[in-house]
Amino acid sequence: MRIVRINPNEPTVNGEVQDLSLLDPIIAKHKGKKGNMIPLLQGAQELYGFISKAAFDKLSRETGIPLSDMFGVATFYAQFRLNPVGKNIIKVCHGTACHVQNAVEITESLEEVLKVKDGETTEDRFYTLESVACLGCCSLAPVMMIGEQTYGKLTGNEAVKIVKNIRLAGSN
Amino acid sequence: MPTIVTVGLGSCGIAAGASKTYDKIKALKEADKLDFQLKKTSCVGMCYREPLVEITDETGTYLYGEVDADRAVEVIEKHINQQDPIRDYIVYTDLFDAPENDFIGAQIKIVLRNCGYMDPESIEEYESREGYEAIKKIAAEKIPREVVIDTVLKSGLRGRGGGGFPTGMKWKFANANKSAEKYVICNADEGDPGAFMDRSVLEGDPHSVLEGMIIAAYAIEATGGVIYCRAEYPLAIKRLNIAIKQAHAKGYLGKNIFGIEGFNLDIYIKEGAGAFVCGEETALIASIEGERGMPRKRPPFPAVSGLWKKPTNINNVETFANIPWIIIHGAEAYSKYGTEKSKGTKVFALAGKVRHSGLVEVPMGMTIRDVIFKLGGGIKNNKRFKAVQMGGPSGGCIPEFLSDTIVDYDSVNATGAIMGSGGMVVMDETTCMVDVAKFFLDFTCKESCGKCTFCRMGTKRMLEILDRITNGKGKEGDLEKLEELAYQIKDNSLCGLGQTAPNPVLTTIRYFRDEYEAHINHKKCPAKVCRPLLTYKVDEEKCTGCMVCLKNCPVKAITGERKQKHLINQDMCTKCGVCFSKCKFESILLS
Repeated sequence: MRIVRINPNEPTVNGEVQDLSLLDPIIAKHKGKKGNMIPLLQGAQELYGFISKAAFDKLSRETGIPLSDMFGVATFYAQFRLNPVGKNIIKVCHGTACHVQNAVEITESLEEVLKVKDGETTEDRFYTLESVACLGCCSLAPVMMIGEQTYGKLTGNEAVKIVKNIRLAGSN
Repeated sequence: MPTIVTVGLGSCGIAAGASKTYDKIKALKEADKLDFQLKKTSCVGMCYREPLVEITDETGTYLYGEVDADRAVEVIEKHINQQDPIRDYIVYTDLFDAPENDFIGAQIKIVLRNCGYMDPESIEEYESREGYEAIKKIAAEKIPREVVIDTVLKSGLRGRGGGGFPTGMKWKFANANKSAEKYVICNADEGDPGAFMDRSVLEGDPHSVLEGMIIAAYAIEATGGVIYCRAEYPLAIKRLNIAIKQAHAKGYLGKNIFGIEGFNLDIYIKEGAGAFVCGEETALIASIEGERGMPRKRPPFPAVSGLWKKPTNINNVETFANIPWIIIHGAEAYSKYGTEKSKGTKVFALAGKVRHSGLVEVPMGMTIRDVIFKLGGGIKNNKRFKAVQMGGPSGGCIPEFLSDTIVDYDSVNATGAIMGSGGMVVMDETTCMVDVAKFFLDFTCKESCGKCTFCRMGTKRMLEILDRITNGKGKEGDLEKLEELAYQIKDNSLCGLGQTAPNPVLTTIRYFRDEYEAHINHKKCPAKVCRPLLTYKVDEEKCTGCMVCLKNCPVKAITGERKQKHLINQDMCTKCGVCFSKCKFESILLS
């Protein structure tokens, strides 16, 4: 079972307070429809990158879905994030094929160079490092995905090089 | 006939750089006004040779392998401009002996009949390859529902998602329950790590899955269709959306489709939110309904009470992709392949320590050895074949001495593994089986939905024991405790996840007991994987005294001067492995 907790802190992204009125069209679209809970949460996450306590409260208040139900669903699925994430999410694959071909080395090398642990975000909010179960690119193992781009047949050093290059390109 | 240049743009091809290859060829074509058609296709299964470029001219078809942007320039110049194919780069052709001719030749392609042979974003191309002919045949010949179901039943097709339940039987049950509202669901939540056949089919041939669903909907009188696809497959979702739109535009989805009065069907995609247990059908239904994806007790089966409590039929991607072929070519044509109880072909995803990682489709009944050595090309780096993992977290490890086992549901089950969705992760002598068992347990422990105590707590306790063993703290009696827990979890869990979660541990204990014992009794990891059980030493012959290991050692356990042999202080060493991975001269020895 995954164990996640709601972030009790004030909802800010890069120092800005969340504009909760952005949720209104999503609520209008899904309110009262059967099976709407996951689309509501996905919508909120798409807006802010994560689901804050304030967003939970507003969704629950305006749709009438109990907060406990929503929280139950949000913590059940790996997709939902309850903490802010970086601009780029690095998904290091730890599927079977990647595991037997030393995916651990990729994660460890990235942890070292980014100075974060698995699941954490760098101080400058540029990267979030994550382990995922399988990206389905087993023939290119070990792989990682940044944005929609997949990188295959990696070594620890190559992964570090890719991550450094993206950061260079991104800060220019 | 115009010359056609086709670039493979599946996820695997793109990851290997195929987009750059495509852009390069496009730029060349436009700059020099070259006379050929440039097309896109998906994965042909030869992932280990990506990026792949196929050129068809009046002399024949040539498949070029490992075509990066630079090689693309060379190939276009030689082959197109000078009409001089570059033999060294050609991996497959029917004109002469090329390195991968056997890889393609040994396969029977039914599910993958279109993957890599057509543009997946073109409904016209699908139609030019028998596409939508199965459902048109049903409509034209007014084939009754019962006959369609009977054909599927007679073909012997069994559920390709892993369960292996006869598909025709499933349809029969769903058809027997009358209701004004009924659903057909495609399970595309391929969560099993190490399997990627469904992704390839969705990316390479989405219309065949839609057509399979339309036929199923006709057979059971379904009124709605849902494809539950994992969000980790963005390209598959994109191509499915295109396919659905095209089918609507042609009137293949909507009202009174294919001229069949009263046959109304819409299909939509539901993106999964990331939970392995949602591959279980009742959990999948709960997830579509927007709830936590937790399985419930069966009966009632979905055929009686499924999505929104209406009769529902759920099949896997690969199962649906088989259906149009069976309808067109007949049940006998399908059932002539395979063994007595497992008919037809099966797609396997070869990965791990195998030379040719990729997708292969073979008739049921081939031996595991043939799949790995004939099609897979054997083990990478000339290492020794140790085991193959089949069935993912629900399956098990089949050791080398059982590799003459044939692939069919019952023979694979007899080894303690399962056929599963068809992932084959090959392992060599450098893979530690205890570590593999721990890897899967870690996965199922995280993915357990928490409903059944034995699965929720039991997998956690088993993981703790395995953690101990791989950290050199294994105790006598650990194996017995693991086995006891394993059987309790299997007996007391509601759904397939819990019932099969202990399989990776049970099969590795059964076939690799000596490795567990080496960990527990001698505190050694024979495959040299479990770091806490290793000793790191400097090879005095090879050490150049470069000081890299010394500088990187986090606990300063390495001493030495520049250009002098270094030494690792064993009392201080925390066995983190940093020196081993940093050394450029392979002078850190593991024992």
